[in-house]
Amino acid sequence: MSDIANPPRFTFRFERWAPALLLGFALLAYVGIAVGTGQTQYLTFDNLISILGRSIALGITAVGQTFAILVSSIDLSVASLISATAVLASVVMNGNPAMIAPAVGAVLALGLVVGLINGVLIARLEINPLIATLGMSLIIQGCLSAFVSNFVGQVPVEFQVFAYGTMGSVPFSLVFLLALAAAAWFVLRFMRFGSDIYSVGGNKDAARVAGIKTSRVIIGAHVVCSLCASIAGLYLASRLRSGAPWIGSDGVYDLESIAVVVIGGTVLAGGRGGIWGTMAGVMIFSLIDSIFNLAGVDAFAKQVLRGIIIVAAVAFYTVRSKRLAA
Amino acid sequence: MTDNTLPQADRQKRQLPQVNPVYFVLAALIVAIILQNPAFVEPTGYMNFLKRAAPLAILAAGQVYVIVSGGFDLSVGSVITLVVVGSSMLLNNDPNATWWVIAVMFGIGIGVGLINGLVVCYLKVPSLIATLGMMITLNGVAFMWSGGAPRGYLADSFRFFGRYNFTDLPVIRILPVAVIVLLVLGYALYWLMHRTNLGRMIHAIGDNPRAANLAGVPINRVRIIAFIVSSLSAVAAGIMLGGFAGVSTDVGIGYELQAITAAVLGGALLLGGRGSVPATIAGALTLSAIFTLLNFLGLPQPVRQIVQGLILIAAVAIAVQRRKHTGR
Amino acid sequence: MKKILALALAAGLALTGGTFAQAPNFDDPAEFARQKEFLTATPMGPEGMPWEQYLVETMKDTAAFKKNGPYTVCFSNAGVNNPWRVVGWTNMQEEVKLHPEIGELIHVDAEGSDDKQIADIDDLLAGGKCSVLIVSPNTTAALTPAVEKACAVLPVIIFDRGVNTDCPVTFIHPVGGYGFGIQGAQFIADNVKAGGNVLMLRILPGVDVLETRYSGGKHVLEDAGLNIVGAEFTDGDNAKTKSIVEDYLARGKIDAIWMDAGATAVAAVEAFEDGGYDMPVFVGEDQQDFLQKWKELGLTAIAPAYPSYQWRTPIIAAVRTLKGEAVPSPEWILPQPAITQATLDSFINTDMPPLHYALCGCEGMANYPAAWGGK
Repeated sequence: MSDIANPPRFTFRFERWAPALLLGFALLAYVGIAVGTGQTQYLTFDNLISILGRSIALGITAVGQTFAILVSSIDLSVASLISATAVLASVVMNGNPAMIAPAVGAVLALGLVVGLINGVLIARLEINPLIATLGMSLIIQGCLSAFVSNFVGQVPVEFQVFAYGTMGSVPFSLVFLLALAAAAWFVLRFMRFGSDIYSVGGNKDAARVAGIKTSRVIIGAHVVCSLCASIAGLYLASRLRSGAPWIGSDGVYDLESIAVVVIGGTVLAGGRGGIWGTMAGVMIFSLIDSIFNLAGVDAFAKQVLRGIIIVAAVAFYTVRSKRLAA
Repeated sequence: MTDNTLPQADRQKRQLPQVNPVYFVLAALIVAIILQNPAFVEPTGYMNFLKRAAPLAILAAGQVYVIVSGGFDLSVGSVITLVVVGSSMLLNNDPNATWWVIAVMFGIGIGVGLINGLVVCYLKVPSLIATLGMMITLNGVAFMWSGGAPRGYLADSFRFFGRYNFTDLPVIRILPVAVIVLLVLGYALYWLMHRTNLGRMIHAIGDNPRAANLAGVPINRVRIIAFIVSSLSAVAAGIMLGGFAGVSTDVGIGYELQAITAAVLGGALLLGGRGSVPATIAGALTLSAIFTLLNFLGLPQPVRQIVQGLILIAAVAIAVQRRKHTGR
Repeated sequence: MKKILALALAAGLALTGGTFAQAPNFDDPAEFARQKEFLTATPMGPEGMPWEQYLVETMKDTAAFKKNGPYTVCFSNAGVNNPWRVVGWTNMQEEVKLHPEIGELIHVDAEGSDDKQIADIDDLLAGGKCSVLIVSPNTTAALTPAVEKACAVLPVIIFDRGVNTDCPVTFIHPVGGYGFGIQGAQFIADNVKAGGNVLMLRILPGVDVLETRYSGGKHVLEDAGLNIVGAEFTDGDNAKTKSIVEDYLARGKIDAIWMDAGATAVAAVEAFEDGGYDMPVFVGEDQQDFLQKWKELGLTAIAPAYPSYQWRTPIIAAVRTLKGEAVPSPEWILPQPAITQATLDSFINTDMPPLHYALCGCEGMANYPAAWGGK
């Protein structure tokens, strides 16, 4: 689209602080409701940790999705890939601690392959990313459901440490998520691959003219995205003690990961945003869930509010934009 | 709408150079179905097929308006659910209420499309997110309204459009009302898209919004109208699905992606500028024909998913290659 | 081309399909026999109140959990994502009103996600307010660790689907999936001659309770010498159900329809009605729309049920536990009656919504019928 040719340079400080601002609102709302309903026992450090621990799988997936969206792509196949990798991990391990390493290897290999295929379809065959990854999602889900229709295999106790182990009062998985986010931040901020992602996402043609191998960057971003989804699958296998072909789609990780990325200020058109915004988005989602539980909002009203909140949060960034929304 | 006309060049660009391949694919699939199941050539065979495909075809024909204008409408599935659940609440098996309930539903459709359009145009929220939010919200609204399950029956007069067949006709013997509705709405959507200035403006916006703006196209108004057309077609599809199959809570699930798939099979270009209503309807029939064929072959659901995924990717890949060759 | 592709895929799937032997067993002859016996057993407990009755009389002493009221009852719900759960959830809320000892019911809804339900249970434990925890698990295997964690802190009561641990006070459920499957299939076997064509309609694969219904039904049909023309998944979608039945009717005669859940029963009936075919023997479920259609068309039918009155029982069990009274344990097995021609009229109520489940055991409750959406 030609109107992306000259993206206006936004130098607003607002852009940088907006995710923090939204997170602040969410926190205030949580504290307000806890105090307002006289449930101050929920305002403890332990409970904060438990809130942060609500959305580890979503967080891991969203780190990857941030890469895909930054490069002006999108990945709808993460939910099926999560199911597939959780099942694969659980089947390969099958309760045997000696099989943990092979299982993790197999899962990461699957993620790598799916990411490569997604990337090639999008970058080389120039298929619209929405269609390419939707098609991929159907194919993965179909292959998976052809073989399994329920929980299969079992994760050994040793591997359940990933989801249930703690370091002091902090769950290991939360530390892992933060470390993953820090690594992603480092890549995006300090490495060539990171700056290329922003260039390609901002303006593909200009990036190509500047000598960046755009296809490789897009493929790389999709590999990162799929690898993160695979890790989320490993985490869920550990948390649920097994894998089933529906856990990814039941968790709506595809649409939710996209939602938290854009709530975190990363622009769907690509090129602007970052990991810490996404982390803020994940925390906002966890807080919203906890607020709903605290206030006893019924399941249907929750949906209505969630839909409105997603749009409102994104509008918070976009409303000042001068460009046409796609 | 307005009396803006567009530069001549745009009009020429819209003329397709050759026949859309979706028609050949559809023809081949129908031949395959007939080989599998000769009863398909009987009127009851193909009429039943058209009757079932009609809601998706109408839905996709509306969706293509939004796609051509450069957006997506993910909220249509939830509109279908809302229409079926809401109608059952309002109708409560009272045939006299049919007409005003249908009017209310179309009113809701206009409202949903208007909100989608306003959010996209004025709050600048990308349509993917705006309509995703609408989808989640409307599903919640349908459940809140009904308390989780529909509380009334759909009267037979309401179900007429999706369920009733005219029988004992010459030559074709049976004619489902749904097929008549498909012909009428399909033609109306075709006319609006390909024979009016509005259709030209929708194409122009999707093709090059900046140029369209310079040419004096009222971009926001046209985009909002595209969203409204999509929502209204979803209401029509909802009335037909409710008619065909009666009350349930999850009628609309998955229809948004099927509608987009149908439009893509019909050669519509995501992110705008190209797409045709007849080809989209053919795309919807193709999708239904694929499902029917896989059904007759006795293939299990997972295989159907895999085939659907492969076809989706292949269709777009081929379209991209064709565009490269023809320079479009 | 596509055909070849699809066939190749199918062949590939068939070759590799047998390698997953560790899948849960849905074909357990001992459990089949046990449930078959339960169907005809006489329940213990108060007459006319099946939600308080039980089929196995082993009790658990709960003196250790005894405490003074008012109680805070916490409930982690898998979701209210289908009409059966909506009816059940209403039952539970109304049951709470019958117990003045209960100060508060805290309800968290996992919206059908295992991951979310585990987090919800963590949240409830972190809050520290609960006197007792009721869990309706989204899936059996996934929720086991969370339930074990909760058991260490407070009494836990499980209902509907189970968990793989016996740490809870009790696990409340009706007879079960085999029983459901047997009831419907036996009725078909009694009313269709051997060799008759039966179409089995299923919602979706992989759900434990539905798999056992299918397995139970299939055994009975095969033993009766009936010809199963197909077993199709409908996704619980009316439109799809109607299409599937129409397609089968175009190909040949159907003498009976068996279903693993009745949500789409009326759509299947309409396929016969609209096509002008003779009505077959029908197995539905206890939804009002099916019961009314059954009466209106004079069908030969039966409606097995997975009674939604089981949502009342956890509250009763929770209060008894906190009062230190004995409860049936480790399983509280509720009776699971089917609706037959003889009892049909007593369950039909045209003032209730179409997807209301007649075996709600709620007719005598204070806010009936309004709270359930009736007039």
